[in-house]
Amino acid sequence: MMLLKLAWHSLGSRLGTVLLTVLMMSVSVFVLLSVENIRQQAKDSFQQSVSDVDLLVGPRTGQINLLLYSVFHIGVPTHNLSWDSYMMLKQHQDVDWTIPLSLGDSHRGYRVVGSEQQLFEHFRFRSDHSLEFASGQAFRDTYDAVVGAEVAASLGYQNGDKIVLAHGIADTSFSRHENHPFQISGILKPTGTPVDRSIFISLTGLEAMHADFPGANTAPDLSPQSVTAVLLGLHSKIKTFTLQREINTYSDEALQAILPGVALSSLWSMLGGVEQTLWVISLLVLLGALIGMVNVLLLSMRERRHELAVLRALGYRPGFLFALLQLEALLITASSIIVALLALWAGDIWLREWLLSQFGLFLSESLLQPGTWRLLLGIVLAAMISALLPAVNAYRQGLNTQLR
Amino acid sequence: MLLIEDLTFRYPGADKDLLNIPHWQVEAGEAIFLTAPSGSGKSTLINLLAGIITPQQGTIRVLDTPINQLSARRRDAFRARHIGMVFQQFNLIPYLSVADNIRLASHFSALSTHEADKRALRLLDKLGLSDMEAGRKAAQLSVGQQQRVAIARALINEPQLLLVDEPTSALDTGHRDKFIDLLMQQLVLARTSLIFVSHDASLRSHFGRHVEIGALQHDAA
Repeated sequence: MMLLKLAWHSLGSRLGTVLLTVLMMSVSVFVLLSVENIRQQAKDSFQQSVSDVDLLVGPRTGQINLLLYSVFHIGVPTHNLSWDSYMMLKQHQDVDWTIPLSLGDSHRGYRVVGSEQQLFEHFRFRSDHSLEFASGQAFRDTYDAVVGAEVAASLGYQNGDKIVLAHGIADTSFSRHENHPFQISGILKPTGTPVDRSIFISLTGLEAMHADFPGANTAPDLSPQSVTAVLLGLHSKIKTFTLQREINTYSDEALQAILPGVALSSLWSMLGGVEQTLWVISLLVLLGALIGMVNVLLLSMRERRHELAVLRALGYRPGFLFALLQLEALLITASSIIVALLALWAGDIWLREWLLSQFGLFLSESLLQPGTWRLLLGIVLAAMISALLPAVNAYRQGLNTQLR
Repeated sequence: MLLIEDLTFRYPGADKDLLNIPHWQVEAGEAIFLTAPSGSGKSTLINLLAGIITPQQGTIRVLDTPINQLSARRRDAFRARHIGMVFQQFNLIPYLSVADNIRLASHFSALSTHEADKRALRLLDKLGLSDMEAGRKAAQLSVGQQQRVAIARALINEPQLLLVDEPTSALDTGHRDKFIDLLMQQLVLARTSLIFVSHDASLRSHFGRHVEIGALQHDAA
């Protein structure tokens, strides 16, 4: 009790420097926790860009390549898989549902994805979130389009707006399908995945757009000839590997089936350098703050020489002086952690929506995950170890003190 | 009460003994005025008597306990219970209240916190400090008041030996005499032995016995 009272009043007597130290530490703890949370969330939302999909099927190409163009819309698919193969997958006895994806067109820099109604029914991201509409509804007509949140926000689109899609993916593509404007039927809520940057139309819509007919007197055949990739959901996950092998050895066409989770993980590990860098930077910020705290405590030792001598004269042991300094460091650290957590909590309340809509960053529901506790414990330990320097200093002063 | 035999002390690296005291005895209740020129080792002697440092040779017995042979832990505990100390200045922890400063010492007594607080208030009252001052931060007191609180704290555990090192150097003459009178009054009641170090010869008349530190040393004999 005496120890706590001493430590508390001692800090109180140096309120100015102590508050600055707490502020400095809080900022660093805040940065560390934010980086850790964002890092975790970036990883999660990346790895869960598609979830609940058992197999991703496309023409034979690299697994990362298939993932990049079908999920992240990066790069160009070299060739498609035929409609017959798609029908084979759709009618396969182990397959519960299919989502076809047809790529290759764009609208002002955003990718156009041809798909079917199942997209809105079966597509999942971040474990079990399905696509939700901020306004409007899924495509019904051939010339209906659904746009992602970012597309709508940055181009200022609303339901009912007419848009012209272009062949190819460049913004300035000359071959615009100007005869066939699409009408926006729905706008999706933000997801923090590539969906936000996509425009969805039906497969027939995609065919109609490409069916180059000037007058449209005779109705052309709008049944699709091919798709770029297919997402599969199976009745039973046990069949995943059997079906994967079956698709990979399919004799009519060279197909490839990959497990999205595995491919996403291996892609993320290629991007791991960024993650490491963020982590190292936040550790350095913490190190700076710890050095600051040790500095403040060490500087105080000079003016506290008499204080330590008085305590020794009264019969307090050198170990008591050691504990006093450690406790002061602990109080500073604990206050900093509390301030940082409050700031993080406030930030979470005020900034959650904004982060999701502006950066596609989805903060997790709970700030205090098991990892966070471990991190906080680590911070306290690091502070205690740093405080050894002033504490051992106090101990030695206690041993050698000359009372006068 | 206090018995020193064949004591020698030198600081590490020094080429001769700073203190070499063959024999010195102080009786219970004695008030000794110890004068010493600066550099003669008076602070060192005080530290030795308090058991904060230990001599290379010899024994220091306080209350028949050879304190220099105790473990560091037991020496600290012995000091807390049996020896009071008052320094020149900086006796108090500035950011604690007067009451808390005294509790720092009474923490080691056998008394309950409540009883110790009551005793502290009685002591402060005798020394001319009110309840109101007990609640103030030590840093807000005048130097004279601080020295009186230091006495109260040194006496709270009823020590058998009180070591006082130049306690009046920061006080003016009027306050100084009053301070010594107050100190003596408290001691007579408890039969506490006092070793009062000063080089202000005008204070000598207050004490029963005057010792020059040089007279204790081996080469003086």
